[in-house]
Amino acid sequence: MIKTVAELNTLREQVLQTIALRDAEKLASVKCDYKRNVLVCGGTGCTSSNSLKIVEALKREIAANGIENEVKVVTTGCFGLCALGPIMIVYPEGSFYSMVNVDDIPEIVKEHFVNGNVVTRLLYDETVGEGGKIKSLNETDFYRKQIRVALRNCGVIDPEDINEYVARDGYQALAKCLTELTPDQVIQIVSDSGLRGRGGGGFPTGRKWALCAPNKADQKYVVCNADEGDPGAFMDRSVLEGDPHCLIEAMAIAGYAVGATQGYVYVRAEYPIAVTRLQKAIESARENGLLGKNIFGTGFDFDMDIRLGAGAFVCGEETALMTSIEGNRGEPRPRPPFPAVKGLFGKPTVENNVETFANVPQIILKGAEWFASMGTPTAKGTKVFALGGKIKHTGLVEIPMGTTLREIVEEIGGGVPNGKSFKAAQAGGPSGGCIPASLIDTPVDYDNLTAVGCMIGSGGLIVMDEDTCMVDMAKFFLEFTVDESCGKCTPCRVGIKRLLEILDKITQGKGTLEDIDRMEELCNYIKANSLCGLGQTAPNPVLSTLRFFRDEYVAHVVDKKCPAGVCKSLLNFVIDKDKCIGCGMCAKNCPADAISRTDYIAPGHKLASFEINTEKCIKCGACLDSCKKIKAISKK
Amino acid sequence: MQKKISNHPFNGTPEQAAKLEAVINANKHDKSLLMAVMQEAQGIYGYLPYEVQKMIADGMDVPIEKVFGVSTFYAQFSLTPKGEYNISICLGTACYVKGAGIIFDKFAEKLGIGADECTADGKFSLTACRCIGACGLAPVLTVNEEVYGRLTGADVDTILAKYQ
Amino acid sequence: MEMINCKVNGIAVSVPKGSTILEAARAAGVEIPTLCYMKKINEIGACRICVVEATGARGLVTACVYPASEGMEIKTNTEKVQKARKTTLELMLSTHDKKCLSCSRSTNCELQKLCLEYGVDEGAFEGYKPVYELDESTPHLVRDNNKCILCRRCVAVCKEQFVSVIGANDRGIDTSIGSAFKVKLSETPCISCGQCVAVCPTGALTEKDDTEKVWAALADPTKHVVVQTAPSIRATLGECFGMPIGTNVEGKMVSALRRLGFDKVFDTDFAADLTIVEEANELVERINNGGVLPMITSCSPGWVKFCEFYYPNLIDHLSSCKSPQQMAGAVIKTYYANKMGIDPKDIVSVSVMPCTAKKFEIGRPDQSASGYPDVDIALTTRELAKMIDRAGLKFTMLPDEEFDSPLGEDTGAAVIFGATGGVMEAALRTANDWLTGKDNLDVDFHAVRGTESIKEATVKINGADIKVAVASGATAAQKVMEKIKNGEADWTFIEIMGCPGGCVNGGGQPIQPQYVRDTVDLKAVRAKALYDQDAAMSIRKSHESPVVKALYSEWYDGFGGHKAHHDLHTTYVKRTK
Repeated sequence: MIKTVAELNTLREQVLQTIALRDAEKLASVKCDYKRNVLVCGGTGCTSSNSLKIVEALKREIAANGIENEVKVVTTGCFGLCALGPIMIVYPEGSFYSMVNVDDIPEIVKEHFVNGNVVTRLLYDETVGEGGKIKSLNETDFYRKQIRVALRNCGVIDPEDINEYVARDGYQALAKCLTELTPDQVIQIVSDSGLRGRGGGGFPTGRKWALCAPNKADQKYVVCNADEGDPGAFMDRSVLEGDPHCLIEAMAIAGYAVGATQGYVYVRAEYPIAVTRLQKAIESARENGLLGKNIFGTGFDFDMDIRLGAGAFVCGEETALMTSIEGNRGEPRPRPPFPAVKGLFGKPTVENNVETFANVPQIILKGAEWFASMGTPTAKGTKVFALGGKIKHTGLVEIPMGTTLREIVEEIGGGVPNGKSFKAAQAGGPSGGCIPASLIDTPVDYDNLTAVGCMIGSGGLIVMDEDTCMVDMAKFFLEFTVDESCGKCTPCRVGIKRLLEILDKITQGKGTLEDIDRMEELCNYIKANSLCGLGQTAPNPVLSTLRFFRDEYVAHVVDKKCPAGVCKSLLNFVIDKDKCIGCGMCAKNCPADAISRTDYIAPGHKLASFEINTEKCIKCGACLDSCKKIKAISKK
Repeated sequence: MQKKISNHPFNGTPEQAAKLEAVINANKHDKSLLMAVMQEAQGIYGYLPYEVQKMIADGMDVPIEKVFGVSTFYAQFSLTPKGEYNISICLGTACYVKGAGIIFDKFAEKLGIGADECTADGKFSLTACRCIGACGLAPVLTVNEEVYGRLTGADVDTILAKYQ
Repeated sequence: MEMINCKVNGIAVSVPKGSTILEAARAAGVEIPTLCYMKKINEIGACRICVVEATGARGLVTACVYPASEGMEIKTNTEKVQKARKTTLELMLSTHDKKCLSCSRSTNCELQKLCLEYGVDEGAFEGYKPVYELDESTPHLVRDNNKCILCRRCVAVCKEQFVSVIGANDRGIDTSIGSAFKVKLSETPCISCGQCVAVCPTGALTEKDDTEKVWAALADPTKHVVVQTAPSIRATLGECFGMPIGTNVEGKMVSALRRLGFDKVFDTDFAADLTIVEEANELVERINNGGVLPMITSCSPGWVKFCEFYYPNLIDHLSSCKSPQQMAGAVIKTYYANKMGIDPKDIVSVSVMPCTAKKFEIGRPDQSASGYPDVDIALTTRELAKMIDRAGLKFTMLPDEEFDSPLGEDTGAAVIFGATGGVMEAALRTANDWLTGKDNLDVDFHAVRGTESIKEATVKINGADIKVAVASGATAAQKVMEKIKNGEADWTFIEIMGCPGGCVNGGGQPIQPQYVRDTVDLKAVRAKALYDQDAAMSIRKSHESPVVKALYSEWYDGFGGHKAHHDLHTTYVKRTK
């Protein structure tokens, strides 16, 4: 139980001695109880690749070697490099082991932990420089440009241990607010920092709080939007899994600032690890008196609960989310009234997403100026992006606002693999748009992306190479929004379905030039007329690809060709009968029974060749893959 | 897509009913917990048939149409039971273009059931799912936890035979 | 009140702070089209037809919910606005079954009217459109989701009526309005009130049309076809012919019915008087013999069904009296048939009611005094109007005529049955006379008048305080019943009507487009016509009705006697939801 700020400070100093190894600066002044800290990623990605087995094996081997008192093994949240999982870091060296196998554990324990020799062969190759020189993770391309604010504890602490959070200055910001600042001062600091919402619209967080604070009500609420729905974006999950106390602290601060005593976190049920950790964190915060009545003896009360989503993308929209928390179909409500005036259960409510909240404790502790010193004039601080698609390093990165797309793709992301060229990046998922190669030097922030018809959204960034058909891509996102439309308002319910039908017609080679114009008109109508953000942004992928890749649409419509060779109605697979050796692998792999043997035996071959019945062919490409060696099959 | 409604006879047990009742009793003070109750109910029964929704509606004192409206809004809620073996065929983009639709139809034909349906003996059920992230193996399906990839039409019989 | 000043299409207007753009526009005399909006009942901003341009707002905003603000300039008819509305209509039409020629709402359809105004192209958008089965399972209405535009007005009123048997199911393009597990409406605890029909902007919800049955009966020379008209419809029927709301058209209505070929045109009012004396008698019996109290009226079949479904353990509180419609039917096929020497099997008894639940009521068990159904066909006000149109009668030019005897005379007490509180007032008039043993001149009980959903009053009669309550609308009924259930009710007698405002606002009444419903208090204006008629009548007490007197002297063996009990009382069933 932590009843006073003094008790919090005492605890911090105590625990610091067990974890100081992870922080070179701290290590200089604090004596550490352990010789080594081993951090194993227990995020969703690494857990799927069996990282928990690694933890078991580590503990077993460490016990077998009798060094339990020297090595502390910690399961952490996500490091960001999910493609390399399972991931493990050993401090104080900072050795970064990637794709760790259970069978390697005895060797690592023996050689590294007992004998003190890093097992270079098992390290992530980019941390091994020329001549076997070992670099720390922070020196790799992927990490070098990152500045971790929202993710500062992810992959550094045990998210299930409140003490580790406290040791990293956890709950100090809340203590400062409650004991040194008035609610207005807290709001002023957040306003001065320039923090804007990280979930989509980019509304200034301080202003949001300031709108809510003066409203009188018997009850107000703080709501955290953790219904991260953009396919491919998972930064909020990472914070919940890696640093749940940070969210709790931030929500309590928001509660203090606006006069709310109850918080809700609305999390996707598809995030079981995040939900469990957050639940545990809430319980341990309560046990420690950091949630509940009279926090730090200041008379401030704040508590919070979790509400689970059940699979509806639209619930990421703030009013829909509140409707859902109230136990209804998650349909959005018209605004105004804004949630700050009439929100959850009809009461004044502040709603922010996870990443936004995660910045708050640091802003309070380090000051508005520190935060505002990062980023661009209109977008301060950092932003977490989920890099995906045709890029070498996929994963989560936190970089200052205003970093150019080129830096993100080429330096941090390691560029487009397989010698292909960069075509565009899609930002903001189904609500966003694409940034073409010609604009690769765009500094990424809210306004710059909006200016090119795009949006940061929650921070999904999907890289596309020359093999991507932009019409098909637009169709893919629109299929998603059609599926997720709640059905309440006419433009979204019917409009985007009709839009998809026109797009579909175009990808089938049945479109006309008038269709392109009609589609554009319909897009603008849907944007202007839809009830909520889902509908208002649903046409963005279409509008944005129309803006930068109109020629591709025209090719589909006029030439009846898909330049990227993706839209299958516009493709034909053919077998070169003279190259075919008659092995039959293509026929065997064809799911549609569209390939059969002819009676033609090519000169020099022993078996009759095959042919594709184009009527039956579904253009899946399975035959092409099966004929990679002989290359007798091609797309035309 | 309209959610499919099961026409299988309900065979909930008294134990299940007792569990659900306990959940309802713990939550009925607050109608906003309806979804939480429904999630737990689905955990108990595997799906939310009429009988279960009726218990929830009566217990939480809300119209059953409200429960049904919620159950058909969120993707996670199912109105059909799962078989002993649930065959879940990925119809994500990558799998679909590689003929997952044809594989699906073959299963449907062999089992005599459609999407979100269960065979009369309760052995197999068939679902179409969103991308399971195994696009490299497309087309892909799972039978309960088991993953089968790079499917062709011929695999349908061998997979079914394995679970007969 | 704090006011704000804004401009609508350049017209300066001052409205109370908190007003919406729609309200500001209405104050400026500018109508903005709406489809989903219902003032205070359905403010969901879903259909998007009411979009306008307003300074200070980004892009287009929905006038129905967007607040007007100081200095705001609102433009309701710009090219951008018109184009957006047109596209919205065209998108709606792409999922709408456009069989307008045979649609019962043709010419009275809010969607059709707008489509005409905006010059839409019906085929502008084509594509996937879910196809729904008709739901004709209930006796009172037909649901055709193929014509539904998902405005959710029906859902909102169904919720207002407490029952919520229909709501939005599924999502996206497949969203549809329906019941749980998509069962037929007849399998739900629907109370048949028909409020959904009255508010549907299109033909997705319509009463079940029974006019063909009436035409067939009228054409059959072997049948004696008798019609009765409910108290409230004389105050509403004129609306179907463009007459001002609240016009009393009793005389024209009678002459229209006669011209349609009915053999006798009777007034349900005589049976309302009959109901009062039977009910008053039952109440006295209950008070004297320790019967179940409070006693609650049973005139409204929607309310009765509500009680049976939602408070099955309290059905003993219902008066056992049949409703006026059924009493009238019973008298027609017994007393009248006997008097005229007609075999009741040859009588076709038709009623014209403000109510869709009456279609359900005629099929209830224990409603056949003569051995044949008391009423054979129950029409709504709207169906009668349709018959008048088909017969080519120029309603507004018809002469005024009088009801046929012997069942055509009424009292002021019966007339006000059509408004909430009317039955109570009629009962109090009789009770006052009976208990004081005097012919009291003051018959106005203002405490039970007015359109509030629940009214309570303590009436002093003969020195005793009688506590009564009046409720209209099923939500109000639910509140009253909860009090009874919890033992918190100290009323002796309660009047409950299933529809808000009573029969004048019944589910079978003329359709008024939503902008009228938003701006005119239909309940009050229609009720006024009834109270005005009452005030002008010479006989204003049910027990003084000549028909009632004749019935008890010629036919029945006293109030609540055996014969009266057999013919005029009924039983109720406990229903499960």
